[in-house]
Amino acid sequence: MKKTKFLIATAILGIATFVAIAADHIDAPAVQGGTSDITDFYAFQGEDAANIAFVANVQGLLGSGSDTQNAAFDENVLIEFNIDTNGDNVEDLVIQATPRDGKMYFFGPVTPSQTGLNSTIATTTPNMASVDITAYGASAIVENANGMKFFAGPRDDPFFMDFAQYGQIIGGNASSFNNPGTDTFAGTNVMSVVVEVPKSMIGSSGTINTWVESKRK
Amino acid sequence: MKINNIKLFAIAILVSMTAYNCSDDDDVIVPSGPDFSGTYIQEDQMGRPAVNTVFVSSGTKDAFNTTVPSEQGAAFQSMFQANLEGLSPAYNEPTDANALTLTSAQFTGLLATDVLNVSLDGTTTFYDGTNVLTGRALADDVITVELLLIFGGEDFSENPGLSNDNVDANDKAFLSSFPYLASPW
Repeated sequence: MKKTKFLIATAILGIATFVAIAADHIDAPAVQGGTSDITDFYAFQGEDAANIAFVANVQGLLGSGSDTQNAAFDENVLIEFNIDTNGDNVEDLVIQATPRDGKMYFFGPVTPSQTGLNSTIATTTPNMASVDITAYGASAIVENANGMKFFAGPRDDPFFMDFAQYGQIIGGNASSFNNPGTDTFAGTNVMSVVVEVPKSMIGSSGTINTWVESKRK
Repeated sequence: MKINNIKLFAIAILVSMTAYNCSDDDDVIVPSGPDFSGTYIQEDQMGRPAVNTVFVSSGTKDAFNTTVPSEQGAAFQSMFQANLEGLSPAYNEPTDANALTLTSAQFTGLLATDVLNVSLDGTTTFYDGTNVLTGRALADDVITVELLLIFGGEDFSENPGLSNDNVDANDKAFLSSFPYLASPW
């Protein structure tokens, strides 16, 4: 009975639901394959335990060579890290990142002028910095300012999953994963924005809720 | 006299224009930085990995990305629950739960609000056997964790063929120092 239900469900869902793939790569029709397509989001304690590092990756599944060489951040796209410090899932602080002429500019952490779907860039915050976007094949360029660290440029996609076999299972063509599995994202790159922030700037203690957004002008 | 007046007037105008030009030049010396003006409108959103991909039905994925997290639970929890119960035989019975003792309603109630919880007090990991949802580190095997929570049942023992993709690590080693992510291929 359980197996029958599962097979029926996978058949239906395989047709109806699972068009998109992976962590957030190509997750929705409006953004897939475009310059605002978020592939992944990470937040973790830094090498210095007094800091939290935030990672936003966009534009996934870039092959090595010309595919990555030709990839670029979009000057019309704002990448916004959202931080809720009081548990209501509304952002109390944002860190904004947007590129101009070979540099990635960062604003925040700062209280946004408005919460929600529309944003303006917080150009008056003292927490402002920029870093040269690291070229493909060059050593990572890191900028330090206001106790924070900044990076922007192509990186290996840190995500790993046997997505191909997942697709076979969901499509009803396989009943289980393989062992060992195959990392569908092996050998592919993403465009990464990494910013490390002292915990004292985002709440000091307790639990924060965070998420990343891409927004287009 | 009249001609002299005109000459003086002309000189006065010339002087004033020159002076104005000088001050105008002063203004131009101020460098004009990049233009950050305008309103940026949301296109994509992500908190936890794979949530939109797995739990949101195909016609609704853009809408999920453009709903603020504080409103996602009310708008999408019932869809998440229906998709979870349809997908996983580990949620075949109303009393079924996963290893976090979350029923389908509770589990999808958590996931439908797509934010990443991050502890400022210590270990940050999606799940490391001890800590649960205290962040997301690069090496966390988030897909296997999610598969276990979806398919593994109360003790991670159900549907073993579906609850681990058997890809447990990245294809390049991460860095111990900032920016942590490995150089590109």
